[in-house]
Amino acid sequence: MPFDPSTFDPSQIPFVQTAFWVLTACAIGGAIGVVSSPNLFHSALYLILSLFGVSGYYVLLSAGFLAVVQLVIYVGAIAILILFAIMFARRLMGYGEGQSNHQWWLSLPVAAILFFVLLGVINSVNWPVSGAEPTEDSVMQLGLAFLGSYLIPFEVVSILLSVALIGAIFLAREKTEAEEAQ
Amino acid sequence: MQPLIDWVVSLQIPFVTEPVARFISHIILASIVAVVAPAMLIVLTWLERKIIARIQDRIGPNRAGPFGLLQAFADMIKMFTKEDITPAKADRVVYNIAPGLAVISAILVFAVIPFAPGFIGADLNVAVLYIIGIGGLGTLAILMAGWASNNKYALLGGFRVVAMMLTYEIPMVLALTVVTLAAGSMSMMTIVEAQSSMWYIISMPLAFIIFFFSGVAETGRSPFDLVEAESEIIAGFHTEYSGIKFGMFMIGEYVHMFALAFLTAVLFLGGWQVPFIDVGPAGPLGPIFGPLVGFISLIIKVFLFVFIMMWMRGTLPRFRIDHLQDLGWKFLVPVSILLLIAVAVVVRLFAPGSSTVEPGPLSGLGPVGEIVALLVTNVVVAAIALFAVSRAARRSRSKGLRAISAVDGVPAK
Repeated sequence: MPFDPSTFDPSQIPFVQTAFWVLTACAIGGAIGVVSSPNLFHSALYLILSLFGVSGYYVLLSAGFLAVVQLVIYVGAIAILILFAIMFARRLMGYGEGQSNHQWWLSLPVAAILFFVLLGVINSVNWPVSGAEPTEDSVMQLGLAFLGSYLIPFEVVSILLSVALIGAIFLAREKTEAEEAQ
Repeated sequence: MQPLIDWVVSLQIPFVTEPVARFISHIILASIVAVVAPAMLIVLTWLERKIIARIQDRIGPNRAGPFGLLQAFADMIKMFTKEDITPAKADRVVYNIAPGLAVISAILVFAVIPFAPGFIGADLNVAVLYIIGIGGLGTLAILMAGWASNNKYALLGGFRVVAMMLTYEIPMVLALTVVTLAAGSMSMMTIVEAQSSMWYIISMPLAFIIFFFSGVAETGRSPFDLVEAESEIIAGFHTEYSGIKFGMFMIGEYVHMFALAFLTAVLFLGGWQVPFIDVGPAGPLGPIFGPLVGFISLIIKVFLFVFIMMWMRGTLPRFRIDHLQDLGWKFLVPVSILLLIAVAVVVRLFAPGSSTVEPGPLSGLGPVGEIVALLVTNVVVAAIALFAVSRAARRSRSKGLRAISAVDGVPAK
């Protein structure tokens, strides 16, 4: 079909679709990098790329709060802690170790079954699409929900996290001499 | 924004309809910010050298051009033409990405800074969280640089960065939460407008101090520059970097510092607000001149904080790493948690009613009552914190004295 400038409407350029495919490339490419990279540090960096892609999906879904929280928690905290742990635990430039050992064939069927189960679920569910406009002030809605109708689950999760924090400190702290003697 | 879009449309370039013009306008403005912010490096380095020279009773650069103004250009040319070395055992890809990421993470902050009334890159309703998320990227860049250099000192620098950033991110987030609570929104525009009656630096001085100190720590500048403490770990994470890649880290540091000055001015000094004058487009100064005055007022505030940071660098000695962690975990974090709780109670007591929440019991006292209550809360929390610190210091001092006298065989008093 010859290009006809008179009917070409640039506003029809599918920006959102383009962004979606770029983000998908980030998310899936990053995920493949995580499992295939021979270097653990690189895997962690690929993980960050993948999480960035997912955060971009939230932006496309008009869920700005979730997108930014994804960045803060997964990229800003968890991924950096993973990197930190790798830097402490591994030989620093540890190439060539690979991520699989001689038992890789055992996990192959498990992974394959999980993949097909998920595929089956995704295909069988009738994904509902709401025609409603996304809410403008999702932060306010979230806040009201957390401290209103979902107050008890919210508080239970808070207690759980506090317990995990205190437990981690208790396990990691230096023992005093009296405790060592026991 | 809208005048620029209209202007682009009026050029009548083929295919440039309104949405495309909007896209082009955004790109133009984003490019201006992304170019001007790193270009400020030239001004800031000159300013820093001059100010620190005066603090140390020297004259500073004064040979190249009037007042040595051309010195920064000479430095830039030197940096561009220096040999760019990559260590043989370095991880090439990560090594080369890291300097770029350091600059990007600093520039991205400017997307949510309101420069003048109605002039903001993106008025996100989660701008405060966005800033924290972007801060994580800066940490990541330094960690990547430290690891990829394959150098022990660089790696130690990387470790120190993470330890420090994790420590100081917490009081910073809590101080930002205090501001969010008081303004009732995470949008930068709303936070600036909420300060039209009183700047937060006056009603919440403690939150300002916590935010500014942890912010300076996050930029990794002196006195918090353990990351590159030259007497201990050569130059930290950028030991192996040379030429323009080292320059990128320098740009990153200065843009970061500049962004922090902008953030502090916006969050605590009322952004583009001018006392007693409405600089909005509907104000007495008119739609063009008003925002311009607002912008100039913001820039003055920004350079005030830039000066304070340079002053700190010129006069304070570097922290020791355990002192740094003590200051973060044992002082700033508990104080900011206490402040957050206290401010939450005050804000609730004075909350005006809306469709979803009922008015607080003291809402009759109005905004003046709230400002006074916030100020009193801040002062009380600060007094409690200082009292606790002085007691702890006295206890640790007497413990040290006891230890010395035990060694000397002299009984402690």
